[in-house]
Amino acid sequence: MREQLNVASSPHIRHLDTTSGIMLDVIIALLPACIFGCIIFGLRALAVLAVSVAAAVLSEFLWNIILKKPQSVGDLSAVVTGLLLGMNLPSTLPLWMAAIGSVAAIIVVKQMFGGIGCNFANPAIAARIILLVSFPGAMTKFVAPLSDAVTSATPLAAPNEYTLRELFFGWHGGSIGETSAFLLLVGGLYLIVRKVISPVIPCCFIGTVALLSLLAGENPLHSILSGGLILGAVFMATDYTTTPITWKGKAIFAVGCGLLSFVIRRFGALPEGVSYSILLMNILVPHINRFTRPKPFGWVKPKKEEKQDA
Amino acid sequence: MANKYVGYFTNGLVKENPTLRLVLGTCPTLAVTTAAINGIGMGLSATLVLVCSNLAISLLRNVIPDKVRIPAFITIIAGFVSVVQMLVKAFLPSIDKALGIYLPLIVVNCIILARAEMFASKNKPLPSILDGLGMGIGFTAVLTLMGAIRELFGAGSLFSFPVTANFISPMIIFLLPPGGFFVFGMLVAASNAIAKKNGKKAVEKMGCENCPAKDSCGQEECVKEETGDE
Repeated sequence: MREQLNVASSPHIRHLDTTSGIMLDVIIALLPACIFGCIIFGLRALAVLAVSVAAAVLSEFLWNIILKKPQSVGDLSAVVTGLLLGMNLPSTLPLWMAAIGSVAAIIVVKQMFGGIGCNFANPAIAARIILLVSFPGAMTKFVAPLSDAVTSATPLAAPNEYTLRELFFGWHGGSIGETSAFLLLVGGLYLIVRKVISPVIPCCFIGTVALLSLLAGENPLHSILSGGLILGAVFMATDYTTTPITWKGKAIFAVGCGLLSFVIRRFGALPEGVSYSILLMNILVPHINRFTRPKPFGWVKPKKEEKQDA
Repeated sequence: MANKYVGYFTNGLVKENPTLRLVLGTCPTLAVTTAAINGIGMGLSATLVLVCSNLAISLLRNVIPDKVRIPAFITIIAGFVSVVQMLVKAFLPSIDKALGIYLPLIVVNCIILARAEMFASKNKPLPSILDGLGMGIGFTAVLTLMGAIRELFGAGSLFSFPVTANFISPMIIFLLPPGGFFVFGMLVAASNAIAKKNGKKAVEKMGCENCPAKDSCGQEECVKEETGDE
């Protein structure tokens, strides 16, 4: 009886989704690609992943303690950030660089802007770019699968070296978690089925890149399967905080990502443009949200008041 | 009396530090501080111009008509900048190369114009010189500190002597514009934290109300804007 008389403000209907539940789903979806990366790149890849996750969780933990904030490690978002960052790094990267990347992701990009839900950019993407700009040599040293030392060109740098089959299943050099398109797509399907992400962003993002490569006379399948496009489109461009709210906004965001990725890949000095494109579009999200604000039911555009002649 | 003169000098060092408290002269602060020595070079060149222009403007303050004071100030400042530029070119060519376009751009450095407008045009020559000296040294100190931080992390050296460069690879991003903004933001945050501890307002909101220089400013336009718009 007592409970029924409690007065509470809205929302009155609550969904059972929790942040930690969603993050757990993302981790489950990422795991197959992670395990595959560890198989083809060996223990070194596992070490990079472990260090980036541990550094991310530890920096979140210490930040909350030092600033006397409620402990937020339990929501698993730091684990996801660390895992995503680790998957975006080459397996040869010195471990301390991976740790710096995680600290930058959590402290600089996430916590300094207010923590989960307030960051202006995807922490893992921003940290990857910070590392790429800071250590260009170490960040682009990729090895061939099952070898510790043989450096190998990524499919983006040497498009004709790999068959589509090798690209699809991920048997080529690259960042730890980006190689196997198949396993990433399986993870993405899991997230879509679990309704963690909407399919709008991955479809529009990948579709735009495919269409533009087709128009430019490239093999669209090749452009989709090489580089970090699928990892970025499925897991990084679908972050709740840094993407638009409405599906229309999401579509604009994703098409922008695809367009920028294609432009950077084809005309830029860098071989890969997915991370830069997502970062740039992250920054545009507030404007996209403003332009795609849904109309309330029954809303009529106010007529412009006619100027009265003086 | 002596205390007052000391105050004119120390004002620019901490309380109204041009870069961190007044947030003036941000462009050279971000652009040239890729190495500690560049910070010193830029800071000292600006200090020299600032002291000379403050003196000249203070001496001419009763001659310059109010309506054309800004062009007059700019002309005076530009004259001194040309002198400094020629001196640096002749005696310190490496600094000249490092500072590039930012050396002639001291002409439009807002610290110098702001001190001319806010201080030198209303005060006697000696206080104006002291004010220029204090502001200039405050500017130089922050530029050198920022240059040292960016050089240490971005190139692993300090004043071109290798410190950590031989055993860890430096983070190049500190030498690039994002690193400049990051270090500048951190320094402003630190100075805000110190100011807050000492009971002063943080540099957060713009406008005359929150300007650390409002006591010495007394601009009527400023007051009007404040009350008129809101």
